[in-house]
Amino acid sequence: MKRRLHLGTAAWIILALIILWPVTNWGLIHAVWHADLPACREARGLGACWGVIAEKHRMLLFGRYPFDEQWRACLATLLIVTMLLMGCWRRLWNRFGVASAAVMLAAAVCLMAGGVAGLSPVPTKEWGGLPLTLLISLGGTLLAFPFAILLALGRRSALPLLRSLCTIYIELVRGVPLISLLFLAAFLFPMLLPPSVHIDILPRVILTIAGFGAAYLAEVIRAGLQAIPASQAEAARALGMREWQLNVYIILPQALRTALPALVNNFVGIFKDTSLISIVSLHELTGALAISLGGDADWRSFYLEGYLFVASVYWVFCFGISRFARSMEKRLQGSRQASSDPQR
Amino acid sequence: MDSPHAPAGAKLRKALRQWIPQILLLAAALGLLWWLGHNVLENMRARGIQAGFGFLKEPAGFEIGESLLDYTPSQAIWRAFLVGLLNTIRVALPAIVLATILGTLIGLGRLSQQSGLRAACGVLVESLRNIPLLLQLLLCYFVLTSLLPEASTAWHPLPGVMLSQSGLFLPAWRCEGACHWELPRLEGFGIEGGFALTPEYLAVLITLTLYAAVFIAEIVRGGIQSVSIGKINAARALGMKPTQILRYIVLPLALRAIVPALTNQYLNLTKNSSLAVAVGYPDIVSVANTSLNQSGRAFECIVIVMLIYLCLSLLTALLMNLYNTRVALKGSQ
Repeated sequence: MKRRLHLGTAAWIILALIILWPVTNWGLIHAVWHADLPACREARGLGACWGVIAEKHRMLLFGRYPFDEQWRACLATLLIVTMLLMGCWRRLWNRFGVASAAVMLAAAVCLMAGGVAGLSPVPTKEWGGLPLTLLISLGGTLLAFPFAILLALGRRSALPLLRSLCTIYIELVRGVPLISLLFLAAFLFPMLLPPSVHIDILPRVILTIAGFGAAYLAEVIRAGLQAIPASQAEAARALGMREWQLNVYIILPQALRTALPALVNNFVGIFKDTSLISIVSLHELTGALAISLGGDADWRSFYLEGYLFVASVYWVFCFGISRFARSMEKRLQGSRQASSDPQR
Repeated sequence: MDSPHAPAGAKLRKALRQWIPQILLLAAALGLLWWLGHNVLENMRARGIQAGFGFLKEPAGFEIGESLLDYTPSQAIWRAFLVGLLNTIRVALPAIVLATILGTLIGLGRLSQQSGLRAACGVLVESLRNIPLLLQLLLCYFVLTSLLPEASTAWHPLPGVMLSQSGLFLPAWRCEGACHWELPRLEGFGIEGGFALTPEYLAVLITLTLYAAVFIAEIVRGGIQSVSIGKINAARALGMKPTQILRYIVLPLALRAIVPALTNQYLNLTKNSSLAVAVGYPDIVSVANTSLNQSGRAFECIVIVMLIYLCLSLLTALLMNLYNTRVALKGSQ
C-alpha cells in the first residue's frame, strides 16, 4: 500500500513537471524583464515579455488618471489597502478602528477627486484602474449594507405588504444579470429623472452596484437571522423590549456575527463584478488594460502578459479576502462550540 | 394580546397600526414607480422617441454573426431578439451539462487520496474562482483568436477535427441522398465543410463551463463531506463494496445537499452568459444592445432583456425544484 502511494506521488510529480516546465520556461527563463521592445519581439513565442508591464504599469493600475497626478491615485490605493488590512486585525474592531477607516476612505476619495487642499480637480471620467475598482466595490458594499439589512428584516416581517414588496425586489434583482442593470444605469437612469437633474456616471454605477449587491446581501443576512433561535426574541419581548429594540440590540448583532464570513465572501463577489463596468465604459482594472494596450500598436501584441498581470492583481485581492473570511468562519465555529459545549 | 375579550376599540387600533404604515409604504412605492415612468415618457417625448413595443415589428437592419434560424437584416426586430435568445440557450445549456460533469470530477478530485490530484484540483479551483469571469472570457477569446495558428496551418488534434483562429471544426453528419460524415477541409485560406464552432462561441462556452465547474466542485465536495463517516462505516460493516456505498449511501444523501445549491449555480451560469456581449457573441444582451443603439429604445430593450432572464431563471428554478422533490428526503417536509 505504502509503495503504491509512493509510485502515485512520483507519477504526479512527473506530470506536474511536464506541465510546469514549459510554463517556467516561458514565464521565467526566457522572459524579458525590462521595457525593451526589440528584445520582446525576438523572444516572442519563446518567452514572456514582462517588459510590457514595466512600460505600461502606471496606465494599467491608474487608467487615464492624469500622469503627473498619479501619485494621488497611488496614495489613495495605499490608503484603501491599509484600511482593508486594518479590517483583518481584530483588535481594531472598535469605534477607533471604524472612525479611522471612515477618515481613510474619505481621504482616498478627496485625493482622487481633488478640488481641496490645493489639489487640482480630476473629473470622474478620468478615474481608472485599481483605485476605481476598489472605490466602486467598497462604496457599493457600504451603501448596500444598510439597505440589505432593511430588506432582510422586511422579508421576515409579519406585515404581508411589506414582506411581499421586499421579496419582489430581492427576487427581481437576483433574477436578472448585473449587466442589464448596468445598461439601465448607463442608458436609462438619465431618462428616469427629470430633464433638469443630471447625475454623473460614477455615482450612478455605484448606486446600481449597491442596489444589486443589496439583494444578495439581504439573503445572506436573512440566513443569519434564521439561525437565531426564536427563544431570543421571546426572551427580549418578555423583558418588555419594543420590536425595534429587539432587532437592534438582540437579533441583528447575533445575526450579523453569524453572517459575517458570508458577507465578506459577498464582498469578493462584488469586487469581481466591478469588472463588468468596463462594458459601460468606465476604465477600472479590466477596462484600463484595454485602453493601455489596445491603443498602442507597438505593445499591442503582448496582451497575454497584460491579462496575466491584471488577473494576478484581482487574484491577490480576492484570494486574500476569502482566506480572511475562512479564518473568521473557523474562529466563529470554534467560539460557538466552546460556548455551547456543556463539558467546559 | 389577541385575547377575544379585548375591547373592539383596541382591536381596531391594532389593525390600524399594522395596516396604515403598510398602505403608506405601498403608496410610496407605487408613487415612485409612477414618477419614474412619468419621467421616462417625458424624456422620450423631449427626444422625439415614441414609447411602446411597436418598434419590434420594424426591420432590424443589422447583421447577426451566427444564428440557428434563417435571419436577414430586413427581418423584424423581434426575430433578431428570438435569434439572440436561442443563441443564449445554445451556449448556456451545453455549458450547464459540461460544468456539471467537470465540476463533479474536480470535486471528487479534491477528495481523492492522491495528494497530487488533490493539490492540482485545489490550485485549479482557487485560481479560477478568484479571477473575474469577464477577464477570463477576454483572455480565453484572446488566446483563441490571436495565439492559435491561422486557418491555413490549422491544428489537427484528432483526425477530422481542425482548430485554428477561425474556430473549431468537427465532422458533420450530412444527409443528401446518402448519409455520410463530412470532414472539414482546407480550401484556399479558409476551412470549408464540417460542423463549425466560432471562436466567440467557444470562448463563452469554455469560460462559462470552467467558471461554473469550480463552484460546482466546491458544492459537490461539501455535499459528499456532509455524509457522516458513520453511515459509510456502517455500510462497509454490512459488506457493501465501495461502488455500492457510493451508489446507495453517499450519492442519495449527498444529492440532497447538492441539488439546491446546484440550482443557484445553474441560474448564475445562465445570467453570466450575458457577458458574451464583451466578445461579440450575439446572445440576447448583445442583440438588445445593438438594437438599443440603433433605435434609441433603451427602456423597451432593457425591459425585454430583464423579462427574458426572469423567465429563464423561473424555468430553471422550476425544473430544478421538480428534481429536488425527487431526491429530497421523503416525508421531511
